[in-house]
Amino acid sequence: MAAQVKYDDVEVGTELPAQTYHVDRANLVMYAGASGDFNPIHWRESVAKAVGLPDVIAHGMYTMAQGGRYVTDWVGDPGAVVSYGVRFSAPVVVPDEGGADIEISGKVEEKRDDNQVVVALTARSAGAKVLTRAKAVVRLA
Amino acid sequence: MALNRDFIGRTFPPSEPYEVSRVKIREFATAIGDANPIYRDSEAAKAAGHPDVIAPPTFPIVVSLGGPALLDPALGLNYAMVVHGEERFEYQRPLRAGDVIVCSTTITDIKSAGNNEMMKIETEVKTVEGELVCTAYNTIVERGA
Repeated sequence: MAAQVKYDDVEVGTELPAQTYHVDRANLVMYAGASGDFNPIHWRESVAKAVGLPDVIAHGMYTMAQGGRYVTDWVGDPGAVVSYGVRFSAPVVVPDEGGADIEISGKVEEKRDDNQVVVALTARSAGAKVLTRAKAVVRLA
Repeated sequence: MALNRDFIGRTFPPSEPYEVSRVKIREFATAIGDANPIYRDSEAAKAAGHPDVIAPPTFPIVVSLGGPALLDPALGLNYAMVVHGEERFEYQRPLRAGDVIVCSTTITDIKSAGNNEMMKIETEVKTVEGELVCTAYNTIVERGA
C-alpha cells in the first residue's frame, strides 16, 4: 500500500485540514446514474416535498462518499481504508439554485496496532450535522 | 407499518455474479467528484501496489443495497418511506477492476424506534472464487406515518 501519511507522524488529536465540497442537482443526477439509486427525492422537488422533505436532498451515500474522499485524499491511497462507517443524522438539502456545501473536518481519534488509525469525521451542511459517528479506519505508512 | 419479524435472520440467495469494470469505477469516481488517479489509471494503481484500478470505499453500495431482499411483499416494507440510517463497510482488501463478485444478504435485526421501523442488513461481498472482499452493514429506517 502506498499511504503517504506516516503512522509515526500522527498522534491522537492530529487534525486533518478541513475541506468544503459543493454539491448541486447535476451531481445528484450523476450519482443516481452511477449508483443505481433513482429515488426521485434526490432529483424531483415535487416528490421530495410530497413526502415531507424541505426540498431535494442528496443521497446519504453521496454525502458518505464525500467523507470517504476526504479521508482518502489525506491518506493518499484509497486502498488504505480498512473500514468506514457513518450514521446519517440529517439530510443535505440541495436547492435548485446554488446547491449546497458540505463542510468536512476530521481528527485522529485512536492509534491501533498494524499502523492503523481511527479518523473521526464531522460533516455539516447549512449548519446541520449531516453525519454522526463517522469513522474511518486507515492503515498508514 | 410493522415489518414482518419472521424475516430476522433470513439470508437471501446470492446475487448474480457482477463484474467490477474499470469503466464503472471511473463513472462512480466521477459521480462523487473524486479525481484520484488510482481509480482511473492502471499504472497509478500499480504504483500504489494494486494489481489494477481499485474502487472508492463506498462503491460496494452499487451491489449491496439489499435488492431483492427488500422487495419481498411478505416483509411489508413501504419503500417510499425508507431512508438510510447507517452504513459501514469493513474491508479485507480493496475491491478492484476484474473482480467478479456475488453478494449474500442477511436481515440481522428488525426493531421499532418510536414511530419508525429499523432494519439491519448485512451483505457479504465475495469473489466468485469465494474470497471475502468486504462486508457491508446497512441500517434502513422506514418512517412511520
